[in-house]
Amino acid sequence: MNAAESLTPPAETLPIEAHRPPAWLLDRCSQAAAEFAQRGYPDPRHEEWKYTKLRTLKNQSFVTASHAPMLDAADLERCTWPDLPSHRLVFVDGIYQPALSEPGDLPAGVQITSLAQAIAAGAVGLETVLGTLVDAQYSSFAAWNLAQLFDGALIQLAPDTCLQQPVHLLFIHSAQPTPQIYHPHSVIQAGQGSKAHILEHHIGLPGAQGFCNSATEIHLSANATLEHTLLQEHSEASYHIGNLFIRAQRDSRLISHNINLGGRLTRHDLNVDLCEPGAEAVLNGLFVVGGTQHTDTHTRIHHRAPHTRSDETYHGIADDQGRGVFKGRVLVARDAQKIEAHQHNANLLLSDKAEIDTKPELEIYADDVRCSHGATIGQLDPQSMYYLQSRGIDREKARDMLIFAFADEVIQRLPLAPLAKHIEHALQTRLPEGVSV
Amino acid sequence: MSSQNQDIEQLLKREYKYGFSTDIEQEILPPGLNEDVIRVISAKKREPEFMLNWRLEAYRHWLTMQPPHWAHVSYPPIDYQALSYYAAPKSKEDAPKNLDEVDPKLLETYDKLGIPLHERARLAGVAVDAVFDSVSVATTYKEKLAKQGIIFCSFSEAVQEHPELIQQYLGTVVSPRDNFFAALNAAVFSDGSFVYIPKGVRCPMELSTYFRINATDTGQFERTLIIAEEGAYVSYLEGCTAPQRDENQLHAAVVELIALDHAHIKYSTVQNWYPGDEQGKGGIYNFVTKRGECRGVHSKIAWTQIEAGSAITWKYPSCILSGDHSVGEFYSVAVGNNYQQIDSGTKMVHIGRHTRSTIVSKGISAGKANNAYRGLVKVLPGAHGARNYTQCDSLLMGDQCGAHTYPYIEVKNPSAIIEHEATTSRIGEDQIFYLKQRGLSEEDAVNMIVNGFCKEVFSELPMEFAVEAQALLEVSLEGAVG
Repeated sequence: MNAAESLTPPAETLPIEAHRPPAWLLDRCSQAAAEFAQRGYPDPRHEEWKYTKLRTLKNQSFVTASHAPMLDAADLERCTWPDLPSHRLVFVDGIYQPALSEPGDLPAGVQITSLAQAIAAGAVGLETVLGTLVDAQYSSFAAWNLAQLFDGALIQLAPDTCLQQPVHLLFIHSAQPTPQIYHPHSVIQAGQGSKAHILEHHIGLPGAQGFCNSATEIHLSANATLEHTLLQEHSEASYHIGNLFIRAQRDSRLISHNINLGGRLTRHDLNVDLCEPGAEAVLNGLFVVGGTQHTDTHTRIHHRAPHTRSDETYHGIADDQGRGVFKGRVLVARDAQKIEAHQHNANLLLSDKAEIDTKPELEIYADDVRCSHGATIGQLDPQSMYYLQSRGIDREKARDMLIFAFADEVIQRLPLAPLAKHIEHALQTRLPEGVSV
Repeated sequence: MSSQNQDIEQLLKREYKYGFSTDIEQEILPPGLNEDVIRVISAKKREPEFMLNWRLEAYRHWLTMQPPHWAHVSYPPIDYQALSYYAAPKSKEDAPKNLDEVDPKLLETYDKLGIPLHERARLAGVAVDAVFDSVSVATTYKEKLAKQGIIFCSFSEAVQEHPELIQQYLGTVVSPRDNFFAALNAAVFSDGSFVYIPKGVRCPMELSTYFRINATDTGQFERTLIIAEEGAYVSYLEGCTAPQRDENQLHAAVVELIALDHAHIKYSTVQNWYPGDEQGKGGIYNFVTKRGECRGVHSKIAWTQIEAGSAITWKYPSCILSGDHSVGEFYSVAVGNNYQQIDSGTKMVHIGRHTRSTIVSKGISAGKANNAYRGLVKVLPGAHGARNYTQCDSLLMGDQCGAHTYPYIEVKNPSAIIEHEATTSRIGEDQIFYLKQRGLSEEDAVNMIVNGFCKEVFSELPMEFAVEAQALLEVSLEGAVG
């Protein structure tokens, strides 16, 4: 029997049944359950899992979070920023917390709600957006997530709506005596010509331990513009595996920011499907690993249609015994002409015990394309170090300043200044001598 | 697996019935592979005991292995029992001592292929160790080389004359257990070239071998071993052509290079085996393991390859940089037209301190070909100050082909500096327009641009090869323009 089954005893009922789901949804969840049972945990020899071994994760046992503990104001304060007004949904251990959430005033045609509530209320129109993008061929965890579907966020933007404030989806992992497992599943549906910024924020409270297996489906209709920020600040004892599926239609635009700071072992798969002409994706990413952290990011950009563009910038920093993995794949389908796809991956390797593995891939079946990728692994520029030291800055401070600057190149791409500032602060605590912001 | 084992067991039984092992006179062994076939090959070559044991061990390990499936190529499964593992040329008796003794028909075939053995050997000062199918038939300039202590001979001869060198170095870079095809080669290899450059000697001429596949249904399993002692230098050329054939043929060669302190080995290949016809029928399966080890300090191994032929190419000439300050280089032009499939690249494994490597790979895809670069740059924890620069460019000609890049970069030392860049594009309309308005035909314009694209690699080739390579590229891409 595979590891997945030993991890969760075969459930008599799927979690979704608690919400009395429509038949199609129950069907999708049971199919996903069957698929996960069949695939199990990814095989360590699977090419997509070459650099990330799940032995420690497999050997742990987790309990499913059934009810969320009460959080006090101080806990919430850790995870929010007063200077960043937002439409906020709060989930604790994967379960929606109406008392802590503040969706705020929403323009007509915009819905921001808990997915569980929407299902229980018999919301219409979910059939075409929920579970339709999930694909488990690279990560069986996506199927597991759908099988265990219980709650998450549902964001629906009617055509031509525009949200001025960002949506803050706050997934808090509470500190519990036994390690928890939860499977948040979010759906974002951006109607034609709509515009929004969605912050998917995963954070662990001090002492939190467990496994968050998240999945997010994003549907971009024609001309929609969506910024999606994934900020991962789990505690050092936590595991996070996240799958993002994005389908971009004609002339739509996705701007993704993927900031990975916490967690013991984290893995994120971004699957971007540019399926109609004019669609565009900009992917920015940063990971910082120290201690014995392990982080792995896989991006797959599939140019299915002509005249699609993608631009990717990922920076990685590995210190102590940390290990950072990046795999960026760009696939250009046959006849998808007039493509422009660029990828840049730069990594800083700062310690003898740290490791960086990177694999930028191009797979191209059309000829009228302009594609490039560049990857570097190195250390701080000795000339820059010399320059700073010659100005009277001591070695440690100079080092931290340069590391900070390297990371900040990606952070500065965030349009929300308070958010960027928060990330800079988080980074600063790890670089004690870094510049103050 | 178990069914494969069963098949093999059955065959084993059957072969015994026919008294297979005693049939040494045979020129081509009947199809099939088992321990007796290996014993026959070894006996035909009058190999010492250690060689036979080495082959048998490789064979037994091969039985436990699966063919690799990760490459971006597809082909029907190969029935290894349907292949014949040994074919000697028809000219009998002992190997000829000089050109006059070589079967004139053989020389004629070489002439047809544009390899004038006499001319080239004499005029260009190249010693040619020509391998026709499996047995070495002609070796020139050997005496001149022998004066300097250089050994340049067929592998079988080396096994007879210099068993101590073979025993010391064989399989130390490419272990018989390395991969499926290397294990197969170790078990059944029939011949190949052996080069030994003694301490401090700079080989006075380019050493060269022309490989060629001829007999029907014969897999060709060459094995080359080049050893450069301290301070030695050698440049080795390998060129391949094959006559037109309909059935796919397997070629699983192994090349091992060993460079000791301050030694420098330059290995150049022009590979132009039959790529199959325009419908993708036929062609050679070229599954080759090439690896060099820079064992000594300040040693250097440079691979240069022009890959124009073969239906399928699966080849990753690699450098193990164990010596401190050693240097590995890889320059490649891979051209695919029609239905060719290429999955090629290199591995640079940095083990010693201050090791450096350079990778320049140019891939050209035309017709319905798929051309993939797959490379690994690995820096181990002890490789302080390691440096790598990689550049992979792909040129697409036609909207039915594919160009892929799969670089793997694994770094465990913080003082390493690794750079990788890759681009994929097609020939710009503006470039063609510019050349056409200067009076060039479209075909000439494309040839000029393609040659420019490959120039960095061509400039690494020895002179006579560079000229050949340019011509080859033009022939390979014929019909791809327009």
